[in-house]
Amino acid sequence: MIKRSIFKSRLLPYLLIFPQILVTVAFFYWPAAQGLMQSFLLSDPFGLHNTFVWFDNFIALFKDPLYLRSVITTLLFSAATAFVSISMGLFIATMANRAFKAKALIRTLLIWPYAVAPAISGILWLFLLHPSYGVVALSIKRWFGIDWNPVLRGGDALVMVVMASAWKEISYNFVFFMAGMQSIPKSLIEAAAMDGASPFRRFWAITMPLLSPTLFFVTVMNIIYAFFETFGVIHTVTQGGPGGATNTLVYKVYQDGFIGLNLGSSAAQSIVLMSLIILITVLQFKYVERKVQYTG
Amino acid sequence: MKKSGLFAGLAFVLLVVFCAGQVMAKPVTIQWWHAMRSARGEVCNYMIKQFNESQDKYVVVGTNKGNYDETVNAGVAAIRAKKHPHILQSFEVGTQTMMLSGAIYPVHELMKDAGYNVNWKDYLQPVLSYYMNSDGNLMSMPFNSSTPVMYYNVDLFKKAGIPLLSKSESVTWDDMAEITAKLVKSGVPGGLVTAWQSWTQIENYSAIHNIPFASKANGYEGLDCELTINNDKVVNHIARLKSWMADGRFFYGGQKYQGPKAEFLAQNAGLYIDSISGIAKLKKAVKDFKWDVAPLPVESWMKAPQNSIIGGASNWVLKGHSKEEYEGVAAFLDFLATNRMQGFWHMQTGYFPITLTSYKSLKDVGYFDANPFQEVGIKQMTRREPTKISRGLRLGYFIQIRNIINEELELVWNDSKTPQEALDNAVKRSNIKLREFEKTYK
Repeated sequence: MIKRSIFKSRLLPYLLIFPQILVTVAFFYWPAAQGLMQSFLLSDPFGLHNTFVWFDNFIALFKDPLYLRSVITTLLFSAATAFVSISMGLFIATMANRAFKAKALIRTLLIWPYAVAPAISGILWLFLLHPSYGVVALSIKRWFGIDWNPVLRGGDALVMVVMASAWKEISYNFVFFMAGMQSIPKSLIEAAAMDGASPFRRFWAITMPLLSPTLFFVTVMNIIYAFFETFGVIHTVTQGGPGGATNTLVYKVYQDGFIGLNLGSSAAQSIVLMSLIILITVLQFKYVERKVQYTG
Repeated sequence: MKKSGLFAGLAFVLLVVFCAGQVMAKPVTIQWWHAMRSARGEVCNYMIKQFNESQDKYVVVGTNKGNYDETVNAGVAAIRAKKHPHILQSFEVGTQTMMLSGAIYPVHELMKDAGYNVNWKDYLQPVLSYYMNSDGNLMSMPFNSSTPVMYYNVDLFKKAGIPLLSKSESVTWDDMAEITAKLVKSGVPGGLVTAWQSWTQIENYSAIHNIPFASKANGYEGLDCELTINNDKVVNHIARLKSWMADGRFFYGGQKYQGPKAEFLAQNAGLYIDSISGIAKLKKAVKDFKWDVAPLPVESWMKAPQNSIIGGASNWVLKGHSKEEYEGVAAFLDFLATNRMQGFWHMQTGYFPITLTSYKSLKDVGYFDANPFQEVGIKQMTRREPTKISRGLRLGYFIQIRNIINEELELVWNDSKTPQEALDNAVKRSNIKLREFEKTYK
């Protein structure tokens, strides 16, 4: 028999969750509601002239070809960043999982980049890749004659911000993949090896399926990272340029709202962004998660 | 026991006297939020200290709120929360937004109400005109003002056999074609780079050649203005720069000043257009070559080039404080405009002295003979009375419009668009912003 305490009071559970609700309402719902309200207004920055304009801000957004381009840029950027950081993280974790000397040291060193703030990561990559003073950029120009110019060409700029964003996320992914691999029973892999499965086959047939919950989690986290937290990288490296080639949705919200003081449009963009991220997460949970095998 | 009681009594009396004294002489505090950091911030602090020590009725407290964007946003948040300072510094592109905000106390009224009879004629007119309303009344007090000039590498000029440029007469853009060609031919990787392309190559190019940037007198005479930068002259200018890119006579170094400046410092470019505030930076950074300053180039058909226009910021007085406090604000603004302060400000920061009198007194002490760089900008900006077109720009969402222009120009530089297409598109996109702005203030 299990001993249970039954509390008669109906109020008590509400009382107990009250602090949590208070925090959620104050810091999540209230600002979100304010943003939603602002997105229906045409207002000056000081809030002294407000006109309610229904969906005008949203209509203007979707009529703006540049906004649609920004959506595509964001999707491209996020997919590339997530792909690079996940595949690199997985690759390094697989390598590091093999027993070799100084394993602990190497692992520790590999985790370091995660401690670097995105803005700093951006600055570091800028010192490497800026066409006027970047060490790497100047070297490849001199030695290989590659005309690398992210200040002028959008493609180069996009590559640069993807590298700067993916770099620090590799460490994060590495830690999770590493932990995931540690929990795969050695016996399974050994049995497969005895049956004559090649290392490659063992990876695809055993490690990958057992790693899928981790992979799923990491994918969600990476996409959210690429959407929201890469602001620092873009702000320090390209400021959305050249010609808007790296102007992601989050950066555009900042540019229009904070720099341009166009609050109505900026708020509408935030709402769109919020809906988009909700949609992506729901889709991921609905479709991608089905293929994930959780070990019991 | 008795002794300690006596002490306590004495202490109490002293305390009362002391407090009463404090209350009676308590000066009025004036809050000033500004965007001046590091060296410039210290100059501001010094000027504030001088003011506070010069009288005992008011105490000015200066607070740095970050860069221009951050300061404006701090002001916006404070006005919304009704905890705003008396004076807020805002940059020149935010002029229209501040002017229409309904939160300001126009400076010309303030000075009149406080009993100051300011001789506005004595101020540098191209600076004042940027901050006047269409009736010619000053809305905010100009504070830090600069204008673009052209820097050039004297050593590279000599090596290429190019005569050095005049400090007062502009070269023509036709001359520039030859100069840059000679530079490139002599082995310099590039001819010309420019910082702040929208400000220097479109806004100032239009002002100097008296070409309207926008209809309705550049927006001074109505919110229903439209951009007109897709005119032949500006398009041709951009097309010329673009054609120079083929052989390196012009190249693109980025929107702001860091990239172009780096190219000039690395001697990858012989000519570099940037604000006069670059003088101090170059003095510090350049060690291995000689450089000089020249006025911006003009077209050969422009026989009487107009004034260039300013960049920088002004001080806005905000509504909602007491009369007594406004008297303090007026006293402080008046103090900042004195000869001594303006001379100090110019010598320390390179920003213009704001009045003709302070300019003359600097000249009289031979300051410009020792610092000839500094005078190039002043002369270029005051060479003619500003016209309705060259006096400035008054556009809503101007920051976003500048962004649009920057983006479209970049698409020209990287071969995605022709100059005509890009400027047409810039006009189209900016006009949408202008209509949005107009609707907000209807």
